[in-house]
This record gives sequence, structure tokens and C-alpha cells, in this order.
Amino acid sequence: MMQLWDSLAALATDPNLRWIALGCMLLGLSSGMIGCFAYLRRQSLMGDTIAHTALPGICVAFLLTGVKSLPVFMLGAIVAGIAGTLAIRVITARSRIKADAAMGIVLSSFFGIGIVLLTMIQHSGDGSQSGLDKFLFGQAASMVGSDVQLMAGVSLLLTFVCTLLFKEFKLLAFDPAFAKGSGFSTSLLDFIMQALVVTAVVAGIQAVGVVLVAALLITPAVSARFWTERLDRMIMLSGAFGMISGLLGAWISSQVFQLPTGPVSVLAAAFVFLVSVLFGTKRGLLTMRLTRSRARQQLQALQGSTASVKEAG
Amino acid sequence: MILEVAGLSTAYRSQAVLRDVSFSAPEGELIAIVGPNGAGKSTLIKTILGLTPSLGGSVSVFGRPIGDVRTRIGYVPQRESVDWDFPTHALDVVMMGRYGRLGWFRRPGRKEKAIAMECLAGVGMEAFAERQISQLSGGQQQRVFLARALAQDADLYFMDEPFAGVDAATEKAIVELLRRLRSEGKTVIVVHHDLATVPEYFDSVLLLNVTVQAFGPTAEVFTETNLQRTYGGRVAFAVAATGQAKGAEA
Repeated sequence: MMQLWDSLAALATDPNLRWIALGCMLLGLSSGMIGCFAYLRRQSLMGDTIAHTALPGICVAFLLTGVKSLPVFMLGAIVAGIAGTLAIRVITARSRIKADAAMGIVLSSFFGIGIVLLTMIQHSGDGSQSGLDKFLFGQAASMVGSDVQLMAGVSLLLTFVCTLLFKEFKLLAFDPAFAKGSGFSTSLLDFIMQALVVTAVVAGIQAVGVVLVAALLITPAVSARFWTERLDRMIMLSGAFGMISGLLGAWISSQVFQLPTGPVSVLAAAFVFLVSVLFGTKRGLLTMRLTRSRARQQLQALQGSTASVKEAG
Repeated sequence: MILEVAGLSTAYRSQAVLRDVSFSAPEGELIAIVGPNGAGKSTLIKTILGLTPSLGGSVSVFGRPIGDVRTRIGYVPQRESVDWDFPTHALDVVMMGRYGRLGWFRRPGRKEKAIAMECLAGVGMEAFAERQISQLSGGQQQRVFLARALAQDADLYFMDEPFAGVDAATEKAIVELLRRLRSEGKTVIVVHHDLATVPEYFDSVLLLNVTVQAFGPTAEVFTETNLQRTYGGRVAFAVAATGQAKGAEA
């Protein structure tokens, strides 16, 4: 308990940790917001695919440059992520394979290549110091100031674009044909949306890791859906859930147990999800049960009154 | 002529869906597109609107390419084409009809809300403005879509099966709405499946089965011979339906 208190105090006083916590919160905020649109467009698995395909990109970036630098890794991750999405497009367009199967194939083969490259790097001379293994599950505490600032800046930019294009994204998600008929370029909007997902995933890769970063896109969005029937509120809630998950991930992983950040963030998001499924005010199991039992009581009351009318008649 | 379609063709894989479709729609009329399943009725609308690619042919609206006049065109897609479980309410959907006029980045404000409310009232749905869209009946959802098209404040409307699966009250409301639009000088092109009501509801009719079988004023074109040609193997059904229509008129 004492330890927990100390770590909380550290969060308030240690400037480095404060930056990391802030960066992870902003990452959670932007991922949560973007995730809402991905979820509503039934592209929940897209983020996961991009994240996994990013790993070989990071490894190749290291092999080519030989330096451990976050911007270089991010560039590699973006290139590989785009290659992965293109591969999925080509597979679904040129064959009869459906999107889910195409994602499964691309995700696993890219990740396989990534793990092979990662192992090779680890076993090579100075590779063990590369710290590339941290990219699997994330280690926010290992991030240096400039990395954190980059992550925070990119997250803020994502949040801004998402807010700016809220109306357009809403229309694209609900009724793309109508969006196009209204004069919006849906292919451009679709591209921007994809770019946002790729960027969110890549921005979070060092802090949260390739394996679990996509969970920050989806879990907060799905959780938020249980509390509201309005998209604007859903996005704000999802962003808030993402922030909480990011904060808890950064804080707990850096202090108490020396755990990787990804799993802790995702567990926090999963806890929020569990609470939402049970107690969500719009779609939670408890709410639905209460509504149903209230309806049953009303029906019984109605039947009772008609019965008494019949008796009286 | 408000809409001119010339030599429009599309295909799905190697199968022709539309072949060399040409017609010119007169202004201020209610026009039905009629034909058997798979005749390409919805595809024709979508291709005219540029929502699906064409293999060839040209479309001009008000004498200009469609991209220039988007804000003067209203569109009601098939009701099943969207996810009604989407987190939004009826008024918000109707407001989407204003997005095209707002253009990029600008958010709908008080004015758009007032217009949307008016359009909802126009289809008798003002009491359901705040209702989550999944909690509306099929007919009510269709009316919300029509209100959204009204909010577009267009001169030419395309409606894809607006009468499909709606209750009698909604059907009546839609017919009244169509007539009101016509009295305001607007042109409405409707994909329609109920042959029996064609003579009553529509001024002109386009009989379609991959190619244009006939096009013109309903009184001249909506004949047994033309229907037989359009529906081919389903002649008996088509004739029975028109017989019904004649019976209803008599």
C-alpha cells in the first residue's frame, strides 16, 4: 500500500514520469476516438493487422540504419503497415478471399517475418542492446523525453484531425453512398481514416507494443457504446476510457511491478469494458434486465386491470 | 430535359448489368423505374449518381456533369444499405442531408437543426426526433430517410425502393410527399417494384431489363405488351398485376 502511495507521489513529482503518463494519456485519447470510427465501420481488426505488420518494418529499419531511433523505427513501421494494408487490398480485390481471412494471412505472415528478424538481431553482436524486444509488449518507462514528446505531439494531431473531420467521418461510417452522393470524396476520407489508424498504431508502438496496441483502438470504443446512443458522446467517452487505460498502463508498469506497459494498459481497458458490459446505462446487461422486468411488470399490471374490468363487466 | 442519360453500360465481373441505357427525363414529373429482379434498377440509379463505376456512356443533369450539381440532387438509398444500430437519432440523420451544402469542415448549427426539424415534420415524424434510430419501425426509418432527402433541398431526387416493406400509413405519407415535391416543380425518379400502383403514382415509367424496354408517359408505355417484353418468363405475374391495377382503377 505504502509502495502504491509512493508511486502515486512519484507521478506527481517526477517530471520524466509525468511526461510519460501524459504521453500515454494522449495516446489513449486519440486511439479511443479513432477507434470509434474503425469499430462502427466494422474495421476493428484493421488496427491489429497494421500493428503486427509493423514489426518487420521496425526490424528492417534497424538493420538498414543500425541505430536505435524512434523516428526511424516509426518510419519503418509506417512503410510496413501500409504494405500490409495494400497486401490485404490486393488479396481481397484479386481473389475471392474475404477481408477477415486476408487480414489473418497478412497479419501472421508479416508478424512471423518480424519475429524471425527480431531473433536474428537479438543474437547478433550488438543487437542485444538494441532494445527492440521492448517493441513487442511496450515499455513506456524506457522512453526518452524526445520520444515521449513525439508520441504526445502525434497523438494531439490525431485528436485534432478526428475532431475537425467529425461530421465527414460520421457520414462515411453511417452511409458512405450518401456521403459520396453529397459530394464528399469517400476515397479521400477513407484514405485519411486509414492513415489515422496507421499513425495511431505506430505512435503507440514503443509505449504499448505491437502485440497489444490495437486493443487501445477497439476496447475503449466498444466499452463506450454501452453508455450512449450518440456518436459525439461515444467518442468523448471512448477517448476518456483510452486516457484512463494509458495512464494506468504507464503508471503501474513504470512503478509497482516492473511490468511491460502494453498488457497493463490493455488490462485496464478490459476492466473498463467489463464494467461497461455489466453496468452500461444504455446497453449494459443490468440495464437491459431492469428494462425487461419493468416492461413485464407493466404488462402484468395492464393484464390485471383488464381482467378486473372483465370481472366487473 | 432535366436528366439525360446516353449509352450507359455497367457490368459485374463479365455479366452485363446495364447495356446501352439511354433516356431523357422531363422536369417536374414523378418517374418510376420498373423491371424484374436483377434488371439493374438500383444499379442504374447508382451509376447515374457515380456511386458505382460505369463502363461507358454519359450522364448530364441540368445540362452539366453530375459532379458540378451535387447539391441540387437528393438521394434516398435502400433502407437496408445502412446499419440502423448506429449511435445516432432521427434528427441527426436528417441533418446529414445538409452536410453536402455545408461542405468540408463546417458543422451543422441552429439553422440546420431547424431545417431538419421542419423536414421531419414534413413526413409526420417530428415526435420521434430524439429517438435512437434502431428503435424506429421500418416505415419510420424510411420516413427518416425521406426527410433527410428533403433536407437536401434538391431539384432532382433519386429514391431506391422507398415503398419496400413499409406499412400502409407510410406508403400514403410517401405518396403525398412525392406529389408535394412535384407541385413544387421537382423531379423524382423512383425505383419501384409494385406494378399495381405504377399508373396511380407515376407520370412516366422506364421499363428496364438490362436494356431499356420502354420509356415514356405511363398511359402510353405501361402496356401489357411492354410488360411482357420486360418481364419475359414472368409474364403471368406481370399481367396479373396490371390486371389488378386496372381493376383498382375501375
